[in-house]
Amino acid sequence: MQEWANQLCENRQFGSKMTDSKYFTTTKKGEIFELKAELNSDKKEKKKEAVKKVIASMTVGKDVSALFPDVVNCMQTDNLELKKLVYLYLMNYAKSQPDMAIMAVNTFVKDCEDPNPLIRALAVRTMGCIRVDKITEYLCEPLRKCLKDEDPYVRKTAAVCVAKLHDINAQLVEDQGFLDTLKDLISDSNPMVVANAVAALSEIAESHPNSNLLDLNPQTINKLLTALNECTEWGQIFILDCLANYTPRDDRESQSICERVTPRLSHANSAVVLSAVKVLMKFMEMLPKDLDYYGTLLKKLAPPLVTLLSAEPELQYVALRNINLIVQRRPEILKHEMKVFFVKYNDPIYVKLEKLDIMIRLASQANIAQVLAELKEYATEVDVDFVRKAVRAIGRCAIKVEQSAERCVSTLLDLIQTKVNYVVQEAIVVIKDIFRKYPNKYESVIATLCENLDSLDEPEARAAMIWIVGEYAERIDNADELLESFLEGFHDESTQVQLQLLTAIVKLFLKKPTETQELVQQVLSLATQDSDNPDLRDRGYIYWRLLSTDPVAAKEVVLAEKPLISEETDLIEPTLLEELICHIGTLASVYHKPPSAFVEGSRGVQHKRLAGSSGSGESVESPDTGSAAGVSEAPPAVIPSQGDLLGDLLNLDLTPTTTGPPPPASTGMQMGAMDLLGGGLDSLMGDESEPPPIPLRTDTPQSPQLPHQSPSPPDYSPTELGGDLGGSPAMGAPFGAPPATMPASFNAPVSGGLDDLFDLAGGVGMPMGAYNPPKTLWLPAMKAKGLEISGTFVRRAGVIQMEMTLNNKAMSVMSDFAIQFNRNSFGLAPAGPLQILTPLSPNQSIEAALPLSTVGPVMKMEPLNNLQLTFPSVTNEKTAG
Amino acid sequence: MIGGLFIYNHKGEVLISRVYRDDIGRNAVDAFRVNVIHARQQVRSPVTNIARTSFFHVKRSNIWLAAVTKQNVNATMVFEFLYKMCDVMSAYFGKISEENVKNNFVLIYELLDEILDFGYPQNSETGALKTFITQQGIKSQHHSKEEQSQITSQVTGQIGWRREGIKYRRNELFLDVLESVNLLMSPQGQVLSAHVSGRVVMKSYLSGMPECKFGMNDKIVIDKQGKGGSSEDGAKSGKQSIAIDDCTFHQCVRLSKFDSERSISFIPPDGDYELMRYRTTKDIILPFRVIPLVREVGRTKLEVKVVIKSNFKSSLLAQKIEVRIPTPLNTSGVQLICMKGKAKYKASENAIVWKVKRMAGMKESQISAEIELLPNDKKKWARPPISMNFEVPFAPSGLKVRYLKVFEPKLNYSDHDVIKWVRYIGRSGIYETRC
Repeated sequence: MQEWANQLCENRQFGSKMTDSKYFTTTKKGEIFELKAELNSDKKEKKKEAVKKVIASMTVGKDVSALFPDVVNCMQTDNLELKKLVYLYLMNYAKSQPDMAIMAVNTFVKDCEDPNPLIRALAVRTMGCIRVDKITEYLCEPLRKCLKDEDPYVRKTAAVCVAKLHDINAQLVEDQGFLDTLKDLISDSNPMVVANAVAALSEIAESHPNSNLLDLNPQTINKLLTALNECTEWGQIFILDCLANYTPRDDRESQSICERVTPRLSHANSAVVLSAVKVLMKFMEMLPKDLDYYGTLLKKLAPPLVTLLSAEPELQYVALRNINLIVQRRPEILKHEMKVFFVKYNDPIYVKLEKLDIMIRLASQANIAQVLAELKEYATEVDVDFVRKAVRAIGRCAIKVEQSAERCVSTLLDLIQTKVNYVVQEAIVVIKDIFRKYPNKYESVIATLCENLDSLDEPEARAAMIWIVGEYAERIDNADELLESFLEGFHDESTQVQLQLLTAIVKLFLKKPTETQELVQQVLSLATQDSDNPDLRDRGYIYWRLLSTDPVAAKEVVLAEKPLISEETDLIEPTLLEELICHIGTLASVYHKPPSAFVEGSRGVQHKRLAGSSGSGESVESPDTGSAAGVSEAPPAVIPSQGDLLGDLLNLDLTPTTTGPPPPASTGMQMGAMDLLGGGLDSLMGDESEPPPIPLRTDTPQSPQLPHQSPSPPDYSPTELGGDLGGSPAMGAPFGAPPATMPASFNAPVSGGLDDLFDLAGGVGMPMGAYNPPKTLWLPAMKAKGLEISGTFVRRAGVIQMEMTLNNKAMSVMSDFAIQFNRNSFGLAPAGPLQILTPLSPNQSIEAALPLSTVGPVMKMEPLNNLQLTFPSVTNEKTAG
Repeated sequence: MIGGLFIYNHKGEVLISRVYRDDIGRNAVDAFRVNVIHARQQVRSPVTNIARTSFFHVKRSNIWLAAVTKQNVNATMVFEFLYKMCDVMSAYFGKISEENVKNNFVLIYELLDEILDFGYPQNSETGALKTFITQQGIKSQHHSKEEQSQITSQVTGQIGWRREGIKYRRNELFLDVLESVNLLMSPQGQVLSAHVSGRVVMKSYLSGMPECKFGMNDKIVIDKQGKGGSSEDGAKSGKQSIAIDDCTFHQCVRLSKFDSERSISFIPPDGDYELMRYRTTKDIILPFRVIPLVREVGRTKLEVKVVIKSNFKSSLLAQKIEVRIPTPLNTSGVQLICMKGKAKYKASENAIVWKVKRMAGMKESQISAEIELLPNDKKKWARPPISMNFEVPFAPSGLKVRYLKVFEPKLNYSDHDVIKWVRYIGRSGIYETRC
């Protein structure tokens, strides 16, 4: 080590680039040769130095694989430090030099017999990391011995080695009977061996969902709970995470496990605490709510959760994401702890944003005054995102706690007076929502809002303002002037604003027909004749026809009473929430997404459910179990936050359907609009070598799991209506039906829902609007080596277009894209080449539009709307989509 | 589980790269550098997902530690592990700096091999690790068979944090009760939130495998004992006892015993360690009260008067007192008058900093400032809170150590032979008064 330090000093003296040490920066030609000589030196010290240099080069990413035989020759040594370095090298390069790696086998086998347990363990640990088939064969015998070694240090290492081997060759592990030996280790006398065996078994069981490998029964549970008191902090985590997968037979067993787990809540390691919380949250579902113990347990959960907030900021962040889930599932736990979520001046921004979320969730009539005072403070801070969220939070409070609405509105007005541009805009967006919740109550503020009309430059704020003007047109004297002023730059506005303006002016016309006739004609012609957005055009045509055929009906449709928006916003959908509760402490709980949304391959596809809810039908004895009661409460309507809409839709679909094969790990395959193209696309998206899998869709729109089905309209937020309709096969039908096929007239009572859709879909941020099927994920990145394609079909200026977003999720650049249409039922074929000229760098996305013609070869597909595309691109990968 | 662990310097050059899982490729090293270290905007989350790979990172001075995974790992555990990794490295070679990491890279690889196996954290107690991961590789060869099995049983055993056969001529222990008191007060003097987060830190130099028992004036324990005696007694001692909201313990403490009897018993690690952490919110002694008075005189002048009152026994002395009064961004000049200590206007920090070296209890002092403002600034001043720093020689929570008993049945020393030292230090955490 000293030498390296000397080298560093030398580098300084010579004034060469001070980055790593000399061997890192200079690429001398003879370097490898020199190292080779040193490695074969007789002097031990020189040898060791040479190996260190090799490892240093390896670290910075230099290829030193050419030295393989020379390094392996150093393996036979009694110097443990040197041996470890050689092993490190071996783990890195064995895969690229499998034949030479065999040279090392003998030493490994010999080391596994060494009298020193540290060396035996080192050998078996390293051998498991060398992923070469030929070596794994030789590994079996030593591993078998090590699993039964007299020394616990060797056994605990061997236990993990079984998991390593299983990752390389699962069949071999089963054939050799290692799984049984591993199960035996759960009864080992040493707690650390037990913990590692549990960890290994849990991991293996994840890739065999139905194997019942972790045969958890009261006896094994008892063993685990005993080991829990004795093993290291990490071992406790493995055991607790494993316990969480167990389903107790009855509430008594559930309680006795809870009692033995609660002491863990006082552990200094936050991960032990959170994993214990997970076990308790899950098993609590089984406990009858009137049980004394149930109440005690609820009380015990709060303090440790609060304590997590004094940990380091990164841990606070993870804890807050989890607390967000916990308060949604069991608000009673933390309802008196509002103050600890107050934001501190020095909190990192990610902690601040999460705390805000939880403050809103905990806001109630009792504490609203305090919360509002805090939020008002935050709204004057520096970070723009944080301030915006604080303003939005004030609006959410108004909607959540009715008694506070008035105070919230006046706070928002104060904030508008600050004239800080983004504060004003954010405030206007939330005031619109407040109007939707408490109609005809706060119109007095409209005048103040109108004063700020000129400063609005964000589409969302403009759209919200226009909605307000249209909605209350009869009370605003100069509504026509205001709207007219927006109309001047109609074509420069975003779709969202255009749609809102169209609707607002129609409303205005219906309210004040005499003086606004000209205005309405202007907007209708702008929307229908001068716009190439089919969404806008179609809406314009509907209004036009409505107005020209039956103004009375038009009034009934357009000015129908709107349903109030629901009070709880941003709640996670209940089935997803249940699943996430089962994943407390893990990445899934940080992302608020099921593991299948971000984990590749077979792992994590299993969906976990809370015990009580799925089994509540069977537990006749205690029909009033916690979850049964919880579930029977009417599920609150959910307004997904706008950005998450797509994600949420995707996630919902992934809950297991009752029959049929489990859905694949892919995320986006099941969205409503995929019906357009049918499941056939799915079968194409895999590698071409793969046999096409059976279409996996179980017809999502009819699936009872989807809360989107059978909605009771009042619970529905406009966003969802927009999204749903836009994506549904009926409305999105072949490429935007031409206006001529529009129903000739609307007879009077068309349900209010339709009106509502038009009225707000734009306002709440579906940029594509209702008539353009939104882009759906056609090809998830994991199936195409990192290229993600989503797209939709639209008609622009009479030409059918395929619009796609290509997103490079791989780590290398992609270029030379091309597309090919296979024969299909409509004769669709590209009318021109695909124009993507620039290479796509990692994490970049690009929009592409491909004009289509219908003159291609026709072949009837089954189902009719099945379309197959081939999409090769040059990054040494080929995909189909 | 953890798929790999990387250490970078501030430029994003990789200093250590250890991959445990096959699904993590070399390009992951670059992905983190490009997307996080070299990212233009401020880090918005300690967890980053890049191309379906999740990166957890913590920063120690200029050094980035990143753990990588493609699975749904226990995120809390990964962060706890990264902190632990930092602790272990500091215990071996001091400050975590680029130079130290480079100079100890072989040692770090050796540690990483030992404390993470296939991405699963293993025993990471420095006490145990130091018995067999030494920087003299050759020496470890000369362990006798007995020593070897002693090492392995310690690493895997129930008492992984302490080795057998420790001997001291003088058995001694030091207990530090370190508290940080946090306050957020409204301008009118109403306490918006206040809590104490405390730590009991111990240095133990004890022979053998001593069994220790720690006692403090925990309300629950005292009340329980009070039940046996007269009710008056209970009320009396109740005044001196404190309600602890929550506490967490070092892994040496027997948690199930605490849960059932609320007694804190343990076999301590050798040397420095943190025995427990706790939090209290009730009956906190707020050592200082800050009374702000801000008056806007026209558009170009601000008059600020701040009074501080010390609220503890007059025989005690507070030290290192510092009051920080924020000033508006458009401040052009400040005139200061203070009765005690030194005050300065620091334009670069937009604050008046008033320092007082010492102040006894039950005293008060004040500072007045006239702040001249430039008129052109349109933005309203957000008035950040006035913050305060200090150190006092008592525990603001009221916590008292009642006893720490040491039993070592096998060796020839008793509780009385152990020399024990106790010290209380209360420091300001975030101690703010809005103005």
